[in-house]
Amino acid sequence: MNTVALAVFFEDDAGTGGARRLTLHGRLTMAHIGDIAGPLRALAPGGGTLAIDLGPVDRIDTAGAWMVHRLVTDWSAAGVPATVENASDDAKRLIAEVATNDKPMAVRPPAGNPAIVRLERIGGAVVLASDNIGNFLAFLGQTLVVLGQTLIRRRSLRWNAFIHQCESIGVNALGIVGLLLFLVGMVVAQQGAVQLRQFGAEVFVVNLIGRSTFRELGILLTAIMVAGRSSSAFAAQIGSMKLNQEIDAMEIIGMSPIEVLVVPRVLAMGLMLLMLGFYGAFMAVLGGGLYVWVALDIPPVSYVQRLQEVVPLSDFVIGLVKAPVFGVVIAMMGCFQGMQVTGNAESVGARTTRAVVESIFVVIVLDAFFAVFFSALGFN
Amino acid sequence: MTPVLPDDADVVIRIRGLDNGFGDQTVHEGLDLDVRRGEIIGVVGGSGTGKSVLMRSIIGLQTPRAGSISIFGEDVAHLDAAAAKDMRRRWGVLFQEGALFSSLTVAENIEVPMREFLSLPQELMDEFAGYKVAMVGLPVEAGPKFPSELSGGMKKRAGLARALALDPRLLFLDEPTAGLDPISAAAFDELIKVLKETLGLTVFLITHDLDTLHAICDRVAVLADKKVLAVGTIPELLTFDHPWVKEYFAGPRGRAATPKSKAA
Repeated sequence: MNTVALAVFFEDDAGTGGARRLTLHGRLTMAHIGDIAGPLRALAPGGGTLAIDLGPVDRIDTAGAWMVHRLVTDWSAAGVPATVENASDDAKRLIAEVATNDKPMAVRPPAGNPAIVRLERIGGAVVLASDNIGNFLAFLGQTLVVLGQTLIRRRSLRWNAFIHQCESIGVNALGIVGLLLFLVGMVVAQQGAVQLRQFGAEVFVVNLIGRSTFRELGILLTAIMVAGRSSSAFAAQIGSMKLNQEIDAMEIIGMSPIEVLVVPRVLAMGLMLLMLGFYGAFMAVLGGGLYVWVALDIPPVSYVQRLQEVVPLSDFVIGLVKAPVFGVVIAMMGCFQGMQVTGNAESVGARTTRAVVESIFVVIVLDAFFAVFFSALGFN
Repeated sequence: MTPVLPDDADVVIRIRGLDNGFGDQTVHEGLDLDVRRGEIIGVVGGSGTGKSVLMRSIIGLQTPRAGSISIFGEDVAHLDAAAAKDMRRRWGVLFQEGALFSSLTVAENIEVPMREFLSLPQELMDEFAGYKVAMVGLPVEAGPKFPSELSGGMKKRAGLARALALDPRLLFLDEPTAGLDPISAAAFDELIKVLKETLGLTVFLITHDLDTLHAICDRVAVLADKKVLAVGTIPELLTFDHPWVKEYFAGPRGRAATPKSKAA
């Protein structure tokens, strides 16, 4: 038994008036149709008539039936009447089935004019961006109203949610934030020492560590870390709740999603980033201190003394003033993107990515703004 | 009404002594079932009786704790990777929500199995996708659409077209009419029946829909007490003495779904 479909083509001009005969063998199935599809399509219609003999066919499925159907229609269209002979009942039924379903179909949506598509994309992006700004302002307003109402005690703060968020944003981040900042402190010390050694000024490494970490690096890196960890979590949590219609259910019951979901997250994030920022700066100083002790032989006591001399209190305060601002912004970004989720799970992924990217971006922009602002105020 | 058919029966799926469970919870215990070639077997059972788990263990998405499952006479647990892949060409599965790949159009979804298993020219795959779309009763305009642009019923039809992409002999359907309006559900029943007759399919159908059972199923398997309690035609099952089966077929909904001619 043939496992492969075969096409045997006889041209029989003598006495039959250009009648041609095509015999198909073996299995005309999806798995084997690839072998004969090319040769069958390559046959140019000609002669007087075509008879397709399906007698020796072992098995046929819709793929085989389709090939036979196309052969018949293509040859008939070219003016050569084609007929099917010796077809089994199965084959007849399948050929009839595919014939009724022979409708031309596009596989992809039409591509359109590239210039217009490009313009449309730019226009869409502009509209989307302005929509986003509008939505964010509306969200900001709603959140501020609810925050204000919470402060003047017209609404209650959800303490359970607040404490829970403090744990997941703050306590659970202690390990990773601590490790990160500890290593950064060491790297700053080590790189600074290499450069300052050229001037014999290695001892100024302490100034470098103290001033850079308390004012800038400690809080900035902590904020970026937390933005990556928690703003994505907020967007994904709220987004999937939105998909699951949990937000709608809250509204129907009479709970404000802003009050229940957003405000505890924003407040917890503000408080926790303040504490994490302090902790992060401390860990960086610790890392730097360890390095200068081991590599530069500056003992911890002198290190701390020197830190006290060179780091003004204003650096420490400026670092801690920035922290809650960053925290509130990160939490708002995450919650906002979560609330913007619509439709399907893909949108949760897209919004989560945007939450992380935008909150890190805004944190860095705000940090630059703070740097200029405090310098202008005379805190150098 | 026993779930076990004689050894000489022409059987596509043969399940013996199947045990399934998660943690401490046992879902199936010593489950036996035979599915005849060319029949539509409906699997019914209360929520949590493991209908979907049964289907998932047959198609290899869930590893059973014990027992044997053979499909087309081959024990699926002891197939090597190549044979297992080959086996997968011989069945099609329609998941509850269609499970279409969201980044591909309907037509491209149908071409995925062809692309994976066969090396066919693109033009030919497009033609195949075209008649499959028409065969499951979708308009040709649905071909270039993405799944997110389709209604629930259309998604199921598109999922069915993908399940039929390689012309399988065996089709698994997980609640094909759930979430469809009664008109679409009836049309879907009709479609499955027509496809079964024209393509000579064996259909393993999980359903809650009593109308579907009456309309298209040759036999119905009742899943209860961790095994297949009984298999038979609906009139046979009506005489079966088990509280759940009685409640199911003779309850208000069961009676409502019974065609008048049969009830008389």
